[in-house]
Amino acid sequence: MRYCLKRLMAVVPVLLGLTVIVFSMLAFLPGDPATAILGPYATPDNVERLNRQLGLDKPPAQQYLIWLGNILQGDFGRSYSLNRPVLDEVLERFSATLVLAGAALLLCTLWGILIGVRCAVAQYGWSDRLLTLAAVAGISVPSFWLGLLAILAFSVHLRWLPASGMFAVYGGGGAADLVRHLILPALTLSVVATGVIARLTRSAMLEVLRQDFVCAARARGIGERRVIYRHAFKAALVTIIPVIGVQAGFVLGGAVYVETVFQWPGVGRMLVQAISTRDIQLVQGGVVVVAASYVLFNLLADLAQHALDPKIKT
Amino acid sequence: MSGARFAASFAALGALLLRHRLAGLGALVLLVVAALAAAAPLLPLPNPDLTDLANRLQRPGAPGHPLGTDHLGRDLLARLVWGTRLSLAVGVFASLIAALAGSCIGIAAGFFGGRTDNLLMRGIDMLMAFPYILLALAIVAALGPGLLNALYAVAIVNIPFFARSVRGATAAIAHREFVDAARLAGMRNWRIIGGEILPNVAPVITIAMSTTIGWMILETAGLSFLGLGSQPPQADLGSMLGEGRNLLINAPHVSVVPGAMIFVVVVSINLLGDGVRDWLDPRLRAGQLSRPAAVTRIERADAGAAHRPDGALLQVRGLRTRFVSAGARTQYAVNGVDLTVDAGQCLGLIGESGSGKSVTALSLLGLAPSPPAVIGGGRVYLAGEDLLAADFERLRAIRGRRVAYIFQNPMAALHPLMTVGAQLTEAIRCHRRMPRQAALDEALGLLRQVRMPGAAARARQYPHELSGGMRQRVGIALALANAPELVIADEPTTALDVTVQAQILQLLAQLRRERNLALIFVTHDFAVLSQLCDRVAVMYAGRIVESGPTHDILARPAHPYTAGLIRCAPRLGGGRRPAAIPGLPPAADRLPRGCAFAPRCARRREACEAGKVASTRLSAARRVRCLYPLEAA
Repeated sequence: MRYCLKRLMAVVPVLLGLTVIVFSMLAFLPGDPATAILGPYATPDNVERLNRQLGLDKPPAQQYLIWLGNILQGDFGRSYSLNRPVLDEVLERFSATLVLAGAALLLCTLWGILIGVRCAVAQYGWSDRLLTLAAVAGISVPSFWLGLLAILAFSVHLRWLPASGMFAVYGGGGAADLVRHLILPALTLSVVATGVIARLTRSAMLEVLRQDFVCAARARGIGERRVIYRHAFKAALVTIIPVIGVQAGFVLGGAVYVETVFQWPGVGRMLVQAISTRDIQLVQGGVVVVAASYVLFNLLADLAQHALDPKIKT
Repeated sequence: MSGARFAASFAALGALLLRHRLAGLGALVLLVVAALAAAAPLLPLPNPDLTDLANRLQRPGAPGHPLGTDHLGRDLLARLVWGTRLSLAVGVFASLIAALAGSCIGIAAGFFGGRTDNLLMRGIDMLMAFPYILLALAIVAALGPGLLNALYAVAIVNIPFFARSVRGATAAIAHREFVDAARLAGMRNWRIIGGEILPNVAPVITIAMSTTIGWMILETAGLSFLGLGSQPPQADLGSMLGEGRNLLINAPHVSVVPGAMIFVVVVSINLLGDGVRDWLDPRLRAGQLSRPAAVTRIERADAGAAHRPDGALLQVRGLRTRFVSAGARTQYAVNGVDLTVDAGQCLGLIGESGSGKSVTALSLLGLAPSPPAVIGGGRVYLAGEDLLAADFERLRAIRGRRVAYIFQNPMAALHPLMTVGAQLTEAIRCHRRMPRQAALDEALGLLRQVRMPGAAARARQYPHELSGGMRQRVGIALALANAPELVIADEPTTALDVTVQAQILQLLAQLRRERNLALIFVTHDFAVLSQLCDRVAVMYAGRIVESGPTHDILARPAHPYTAGLIRCAPRLGGGRRPAAIPGLPPAADRLPRGCAFAPRCARRREACEAGKVASTRLSAARRVRCLYPLEAA
């Protein structure tokens, strides 16, 4: 319990630092947003008025504090290009991303661990060699290309699954429709992380299987299945869980490509569009929300690891 | 059968070669691609930006366009080669920038430590709080779209990875002797870093680069794919893919081909990188990451020659175990060991470290880790049954049930994440089916039998919460869980304090009396052995050199080595300092032809080194393997 509190307290400066980075990175862009909004033919008068309206005439530190105060109250400003509150847009888009990334994370955790354990158990056997090679291919594949191939194969040629969107345009909606639309993007997104987790699980299991307590468990006559799946795997999980936390970041970021390929209405695609239209408030809001949720997810992974490993008491 | 074994023994070697063959393949592909990319201006290719709307969207194989044309009629092969050139260049530069910046930060943090370290690493942690690609996106948003900006973004995102690993490597050597010596010699910091630190962390930087360069090519291609990297007409592989995406259904080759090129390049880099890591990481090179099997590999050369077991509980005849690993000389750890243990008897197995006594103990139930261990011959009879011929299920039924082990280091032998009670109940229930509660009650009974104070509370604790002595009590309780006939204790007191040692020995002696337990007690200490054992077997270089009743051997040792060992044992109040045996035991991969002890022996004569020395009977109960024993028959 004390550990939980301590970890929670440690998250606060990280979140603050994160807002400082996001704010300073985007606040001192070359070219000012007022010109971007009003276009190249704006009069200096209008630009100045808009600057005052946006609070851009104040010193940077004060601007940051005002901005921070606003976002703490849930006010991320308005998107210039969409003309709606940033938070509404971000939350709507982020929930779509969460569905996609969550599904992918589940898939890659499950498959990655299964493949990794299988490889470790059959070390240097044929299934190990094949799966190890597949894992290298997995971490090397550009997901935006894999997505295109998946669309070509399963949507264009076989016509099994829809190629784009989250719901069918006509008569869509409901869980079944969502799942049909989710399968291809989630699989595509999970491939790279599956490869990473499989490789790590394999080496973590091999590391653990060499240890004395495995030999001791065997000496007690404990069955080989139990030795591997209970004793060894439980110890290996302590090193695997933090990596799943890190992979959550890769999946959340990699969603950008998959959302673009599959026209998934997620926050990644929103960010790419916002960058192209220089919609700074929207970029800031999107990055802060996604990064903060990633920090919180890692906090959860940390706590899970702590619950599993009684040795971490500090 | 022998063919299968032959194949198995070469499997590890094969895997090593396969890995390096894959790395070689990666290197080859990469070399070809890089050469083509570098030679792009010299190749007889059309201008990649030359549009020809009349010949747009030609299929691959069209005349003059081996890979077809894109939506503006530009030659795809030319664009692919030039795009690869650009993508490779961007990836390599991004990785160089990240390596340079990250290494500077890492070395500064690791070398100076303290405040500098704290400040730099907090900053790095901050960067790592962002999801990987999101940070790159935010940086591109700040700098504006463009290939160079995408390159910077990807490089910055990878800095933390370099900084962290380089910092770790630097901190590990920043206070080693040679660095301190350079400091004391008045060398300036930058010269120490350049001369002492950098050469030592260079492998770490290389490993980090081999890990990240593939990602960086992927990520810059990804940013270009999103339209945030290279801008038209300039095209890298990613932007080719992005432009071709809209034509996916009518002209899939326009986007599929550049994507395949990215894939091939990155796979080659990663295969090569795995090879580089294997080569640079000494731990992987030594093959230590191989997984020991559930039973030691058995390849008995003497399969036909059976002995007739007598009535003894345990009879070991001619046991041989060797360690075989690819690229190293075979180590002959156990070279024909004979042991006999009667019911209720205690046999001490004594020898210096490396004499093969632990390997002998583990080989009895097929627990010597293989790879690398191979049992090369002999018989292990438990009440007349040859254990080395038993199948795994039979062996498993004996392990822990009839023959149990106590290990040297109880902290390592207990599962770190399971409570003491859970491990005990598991040990009980894997041999005897019973409800969990009954097993727990029995476990508590066991803990009380090994004099564990507060048994019920201890059962709920984890091994790291116990003291060393209590842990070994748990180890003993685990060994006794199923009332075995024979317990093999492998230096059970070596890892403990002297006072705790005495308590554990007392406990073992007491339990042995109460339960009429047979015991094999492995040790290097005659003082410990004399308290507990009826008989002694002295081991040297994988052979039993002398055996007999404990008091008899202690009083009148026959083998010069035994005599030396006895002189080594410190005695309380015996003013004389214990005398060490001069010299070192022979290496297990270069055993001498004759008596293995001869090079260290004061009584050595020519015959000792001429050939194998047989074990001879000294009296009814004693045997010795010496041509000129101290005690005559």
